[in-house]
Amino acid sequence: MSTLTRPPRVAAGSPVRRSSRRRTGRRGAYKGVLFALPFLVGFLFTYVLPIAYAFGQSLHEKKSSGLGFGPTKVVYTGFSNFSAVLSDGAFWSSMMRTLLFGLVQITVMLAISLLLALLLDGVAARAVRFFRAGLLIPYVVPSVVSTLMWLFLYSPTISPIVDVAARAGVHLSLFGGLNTYLSLGNLLTWQGIGFNMILISASLQALPRELYEAARLDGAREWRIAWSVKVPNITGILVLTGMFSLIGRLQLFAEPLLLRYVAPESISTDFTPMMEIFDKAFKTGNYQYAAAESLVLAVVTGILAFVFYRVTNRKMS
Amino acid sequence: MSSATRAARPNKAAGASGGGVRPTRGAMALTTGLLIVFLLYSIAPTWFLLVSSTKNQTDLYSTFGLWFSGNHFVDNLQAIWNYHDGVFGRWIGNSVLYSTVGAAGSTFISLAAGYGISKFGFRGRGALFAVIVGASLLPSTLLAFPLYLVFSDIGLTNTIWAVLIPYFINPFGVYLGKVYADTSVPTELMEAARIDGAGETRIFFSVALNLMRTGGVTIFMLDFINIWNNFFLPLFMLNGERTFPVTLGLFSWVQQAQTARDMNTLVLTGSLLSIIPLAIFMFALQKYWRSGILMGSLK
Repeated sequence: MSTLTRPPRVAAGSPVRRSSRRRTGRRGAYKGVLFALPFLVGFLFTYVLPIAYAFGQSLHEKKSSGLGFGPTKVVYTGFSNFSAVLSDGAFWSSMMRTLLFGLVQITVMLAISLLLALLLDGVAARAVRFFRAGLLIPYVVPSVVSTLMWLFLYSPTISPIVDVAARAGVHLSLFGGLNTYLSLGNLLTWQGIGFNMILISASLQALPRELYEAARLDGAREWRIAWSVKVPNITGILVLTGMFSLIGRLQLFAEPLLLRYVAPESISTDFTPMMEIFDKAFKTGNYQYAAAESLVLAVVTGILAFVFYRVTNRKMS
Repeated sequence: MSSATRAARPNKAAGASGGGVRPTRGAMALTTGLLIVFLLYSIAPTWFLLVSSTKNQTDLYSTFGLWFSGNHFVDNLQAIWNYHDGVFGRWIGNSVLYSTVGAAGSTFISLAAGYGISKFGFRGRGALFAVIVGASLLPSTLLAFPLYLVFSDIGLTNTIWAVLIPYFINPFGVYLGKVYADTSVPTELMEAARIDGAGETRIFFSVALNLMRTGGVTIFMLDFINIWNNFFLPLFMLNGERTFPVTLGLFSWVQQAQTARDMNTLVLTGSLLSIIPLAIFMFALQKYWRSGILMGSLK
């Protein structure tokens, strides 16, 4: 960013030669920055400034003067918030919980999406359009609304699932222990399979048809072609979608927050890192600590993205 | 061998069916059967929502959730309309406002910035573009709290600007804008317009914007869907229910239901209503939809 404000370096060589082209070039350069200016100003205001400000806040702590009865004062305390976050067991266990849960849930979600994409690859074009439209309905539903829908589908008094199970003589509780994770996992899988199926379908369609022809001439059946020819050729998109999903899971918030209203005893206030940050900020009122947690979460996300980037790049080349 | 496959390909293309598969009858039945199972899985919850919105409180608890019993849809609509002087209608209106104004602003700012970065060789544009790509990877939820800190200090929270301004700035939109400017605005055309004496602003508005129209629609559509679905930023920024978008409004009803009266029929019917504008929007733009999803996935 600083490079933009630096004055333009005087070009080496004769200033007279090709002066006309240089002038249009420089005029163009200046206009180019002007076109980007609204974005640049907004970016400084909504990205750079808040991050810097949050960092500044995180170096402070709220201390009450006197014996805890006087007015509170915000004082500079250096990195004490950060060292507290780094040794905060609840914060890290919410991070690990989210990551482990994400790994399992994303694996299931991508497996189903892959299966659906392969199945769609095998039906007639008209059927593809029909199934694709239906399978994409969850993508159209806002995530808060889909969470509310499943909230009712899980609720002990209204749920038709519990209803059917009860008629079969089974007492079904969709929360508590492992069931909490299954319920949350089902919700996220339901939200994600259509979207991921579209991505996988697109990369399947990009594969050259000759690949299948050769296998067919060797006498391979369709399921064999799917498993041994199609799947190995689209691992790239699977890794990529898996990576973005996992980074997304670290930000998991609205879904568990809403499910908490049905199952407060099985979903704690620090179930995911974002829930913990929200709780610290607005329930406890400790903005400084929440700011430090936000920055630590951002750094962890960045590290995760970077590691994935390196691993996938090595794989591709 | 290769000449044989090459010869076979045009025929296959002319056949124009799915993947050129030769399935057995059993395999076909299995394929279709599995697809139908997952189709039902995808549709059933929305079906449940539709059915539930026609029930009154008693039927909701006493009848089977996936089938109708007595039609109280109009009663539910009236109940929603009467609740807190029609605040629900206001929420839908807010969502429409945030989504259209936010997406329009973001689309224009993104196209202009993408065009500037693509077509003008100013110093530091490589670094700027790298920052933009990096920022587009940053999940917006992570920014919500830092944004709240700044906005509450300058007194912006609880105004519509607290959500609109962050919606305007979308690094991924700039990335798409640059890609579209790269591919759809020929530099020769800009040169020709310059020779004709047109200023840079005029060239942008009357030549470049037209050429980038498809890109603009894609950016607008992705933004619109994201803003309509957004919950996180409004939750941090907004306090009074008059400014809520519909997602946050529904959430506040769920919260109230814990302490006050049973609001389940309202929440269910309201949820259904909140999907309808988005569904209409996506239906209207279905031509751009799939390519939009694929573009969005680059993120």
